[in-house]
Amino acid sequence: MKYINYRALSRILQNLRIKYESQMSTSKWSVRTSQETSPSYPLDSGLRHYSKTSITRCIQNNEPKAERPRAQTTIDQEEIDRFSALAQLWWDESGEFEALHTMNELRVPLITDSLIEQNTKASGKKDVKIDQPLEGFKILDVGSGGGILTEPLGRLGAFVIGVDASEENIKIAQAHVMHDEKLARNIKYICATVEDMVETEERSFDAVIASEVVEHVADRDMFLKACCKLVKPGGSLFLTTLNKTRMSYLAVVASERVLNLVARGTHDWNKFVSPEEVQYTLTQNGLSTRLVHGMMYNPLSKRWRWIKDTSINYAIHAVCTDEALQLNKVTVE
Amino acid sequence: MSIKSIEHVFKVHFSSTAILSEKVDVVISGGGMVGASMACALAQNEMYRNKKVVLLEAASDKGEFILPEAYSNRTCSLSPATVKLFESLGAWDEIKNMRYQPVKRMQVWESCSDALITFNNEDLCDNLAYIVENDVILGAIMKRLKATGDNVDIKFNTKATNYRFPGEKDENDHKESLVSLELSNGQTLQTNLLIGADGFQSSIRKKANFHTIHTDYKQCAVVATLQLAETFDNTVAWQRFLKTGPIALLPLGPNLSSMVWSTTAENARNLKQIPEDSFVDAVNDALWHDRDKNPVVSSVFNSFTDALNNILPGSLLSKQLPPTVIGVQEKSRASFPLSLTHSSNYVKSRVALIGDAAHRIHPLAGQGVNLGFGDVACLNELLTNCAKHGGDPGSLTHLLDYETERQRQIIPVMVTIDGLQCLYSTTLTPIVLLRSLGLHTVHSLDIIKNQIIKQASS
Repeated sequence: MKYINYRALSRILQNLRIKYESQMSTSKWSVRTSQETSPSYPLDSGLRHYSKTSITRCIQNNEPKAERPRAQTTIDQEEIDRFSALAQLWWDESGEFEALHTMNELRVPLITDSLIEQNTKASGKKDVKIDQPLEGFKILDVGSGGGILTEPLGRLGAFVIGVDASEENIKIAQAHVMHDEKLARNIKYICATVEDMVETEERSFDAVIASEVVEHVADRDMFLKACCKLVKPGGSLFLTTLNKTRMSYLAVVASERVLNLVARGTHDWNKFVSPEEVQYTLTQNGLSTRLVHGMMYNPLSKRWRWIKDTSINYAIHAVCTDEALQLNKVTVE
Repeated sequence: MSIKSIEHVFKVHFSSTAILSEKVDVVISGGGMVGASMACALAQNEMYRNKKVVLLEAASDKGEFILPEAYSNRTCSLSPATVKLFESLGAWDEIKNMRYQPVKRMQVWESCSDALITFNNEDLCDNLAYIVENDVILGAIMKRLKATGDNVDIKFNTKATNYRFPGEKDENDHKESLVSLELSNGQTLQTNLLIGADGFQSSIRKKANFHTIHTDYKQCAVVATLQLAETFDNTVAWQRFLKTGPIALLPLGPNLSSMVWSTTAENARNLKQIPEDSFVDAVNDALWHDRDKNPVVSSVFNSFTDALNNILPGSLLSKQLPPTVIGVQEKSRASFPLSLTHSSNYVKSRVALIGDAAHRIHPLAGQGVNLGFGDVACLNELLTNCAKHGGDPGSLTHLLDYETERQRQIIPVMVTIDGLQCLYSTTLTPIVLLRSLGLHTVHSLDIIKNQIIKQASS
């Protein structure tokens, strides 16, 4: 008995208890949505405040002039302390967002490999730095939350802008990235929505990523349209979300109502979307799909793996091509 | 935001860090064989070439290692898996240029009965293990590290005097998110990952509150370099279990062998003090004497081997006689206490233990250091994976993979060795009988023996 690894044992016991929680808590908004019964637009007061000011600005100037949303560069010490404490919630790898942390093992290679392949195809052979493969890529992480996906991409050399409509999340992410000066140079966090970004950054990103976000937005078509507009010709859009199937319905019911693992209302099954629907919207907006692949979370090993079946979680990679743009008469200004 | 608050942020975050504090990616504490190998592996890891790695070593820089003529009394038996790691680090060529001795055959027997077991690869071509002096191993690794490690900062004469682990508060009451180390030279290091390679009395293991299991074997290992009578192709490793503990002779050179004799503390003290002649006599006696032979076991054992020989022809004892020792190298006798130490976890947030810091076992199978080098190979691979995914090197998910993978390999080895040590420390007739019959059965079944060889070399 003396050789038993007690942590391993307690981990197994925990696993048995949690099961679907992680799968269901893939929501980046779960903290907030449990407080707000039904957000009118994905996001929260911070954003509404932002939108309001931009509207007033427009009225005053009479001539609307787009101004790039300002990045959060400085926050005072008191806030750092407060948000650092909250950051621990996001960055505790065995905590509430565990499944998002481990999902990086799938989505980071997917993004990296696809972007490099795309780039090599477009510009012939190019030397890729093995430790900084994403150097030179400009990426937008939509719904960056605490920065769980933003930081790894920045670490691989990409210049990443993380946008999140929640001011709190942005400050949490900002407080966390400050610990690594070198990484902080590659990352900017902006409190904004994708629609705000379109005003100034249309067709400027090598990649736009909306991971575990689509299932939480109010107007999906508008959201996806804005995402597509941000991708530059030849650039990529990556999505991961939940399918609208009986399986995913059961998963939500099981975790939210039977096992009470996640707060009720974290996920709204009605907002889930099938890959076909997403693909249709993307095509309409000038993107052609390159890959649709199912993802499977094993609650025992707490790891993700790729599977054929897309009935619960899936990922989509689409590319903004000239043909698709012309075919759907999407104009690039 | 006011200028004042910006100033405040600047003060807190940069002023204290500007002069003395350095932010690095990985700190390896302990520049012994395992710690230096870890540094060497990261030095040659492409994913880490732009990351900062610091190796802390309390001893001073000995410069380039020059091979002394006299053999050292501290040696390791390196398994083929370890050799593979050294080959990948380029250190094996360095060792080959110095000296090493291959082991082609092993014979294990005991003092209470005639049972024995031998291991060798069919054709005596592949080696079971390699005996290399510790100094040679460390010299080779340090040479490679200095030649390749642009990203590794080796701090000699330096050790950590204070640690602050993630979540602990510093003097300004700010919670630490990385590991922070105060060094003996007054510097402060902040690191994403601290690798503890600081030996079986690891201060990192203690400071980070790792739960540890510790069993004192109440034995001491006496080491010495012995001179053998016959000058032959010395490639056999010998081990005899005595009732006080095993004695092993490992080939070092043409007529030199390295001895590791595990015995009672009292006997060990005595063996270190007695004149060289008496010491040689004591060693020969330990290898040859028949005093402990149990007559009951002998008669049962003989009829058992006869019966088994009828079923499995060719399973007759092929006992090779052990060599005769004629001398001991001057001042080569030393002893150290033996214990089993195992940390229940090898990792915590931003901390990983490798080598003896995580696990220390009885030297009877010569596996201890090989397990340590196995840790290096495994951790290096997982850190590469982590970097490929853009992860933080201190990310617990990856560290837990290291822990799981290593414990899956180490715990069975440890239990086996601890079990063998228990099994052979008794003279109780039924147990002696059972272990003798069991050993002989295994010896007669090549399938099982080949499995054991495979296990021991991986």
